[in-house]
Amino acid sequence: MFYRTYFPRDLHADFDRLQRELAQSLEWAPSIRGLVRGGFPAMNVGTTPQSVELDLFAPGIDPTKIEVNLEKGVLTVAGERPSILPKPDAGTTVHLDQRFTGRFRRVVTLPDDVDPNAVEARYRDGVLHVSIQRRAPATPRRITIQ
Amino acid sequence: MSDTTTIPEANARSGHPEGALLPPVDVIEDASGITMYADLPGVKKDAISLKVEADTLTIEGEISLTNKEGLESTHAEVSLPRYLRVFTLSKELDPEKVSAEFNEGVLKLRIPKAAHAQPRRIEVKVH
Repeated sequence: MFYRTYFPRDLHADFDRLQRELAQSLEWAPSIRGLVRGGFPAMNVGTTPQSVELDLFAPGIDPTKIEVNLEKGVLTVAGERPSILPKPDAGTTVHLDQRFTGRFRRVVTLPDDVDPNAVEARYRDGVLHVSIQRRAPATPRRITIQ
Repeated sequence: MSDTTTIPEANARSGHPEGALLPPVDVIEDASGITMYADLPGVKKDAISLKVEADTLTIEGEISLTNKEGLESTHAEVSLPRYLRVFTLSKELDPEKVSAEFNEGVLKLRIPKAAHAQPRRIEVKVH
């Protein structure tokens, strides 16, 4: 008997499909700029009534070489992480190569009420923390009916 | 050296049943030993724990972030406050001489090979 499948048996393609389906089932209508998990740097976003706080987990990078831009309510963090791996030669063997290297860029759409002039970025212990103030506190307000 | 991080077992061992993140590592071997780089962003230098017991190397780190009061998380990719990774060292490595550096969230470990495991030329005797 002959074993046949309709599709090539590509495990990676199957995993990609599974991941897309999972992502879609978690968030049905995501932002048009997406917010893809698993990219570099990993990112946590949180809000307080006064500010938007972002943590970007980008270890081992010279902070002067990270570009943080805020334009029209879109925050972009870009930079490059150079490889530390030795050039391949007879003397060394690379057993595991899991850390990210190369250029990176992450883009986030911020809420409408952020103040583009009140941004603070700080790099510590390999984490870039960006804090953006919001213009008016988003406190609930009672509206009287006339 | 081999990676033996099986999460449930490692969590039970470390006493944190809720889980931990698996940090990415680079492992490079040369003639005199092994160099390992591990990404542990958000960990302060004194919150890293490195343990060598028999032939097991355990790397652990607690993440501490300065969170503002009233912070409501809207998107979290780093959702656990801890890193954990376990490796089994092979016999030729010298666990007594492990040295470590930590810089901007990157841990660098150097594990030299024991003197008897260094490459050497073997002399052939003629009777």
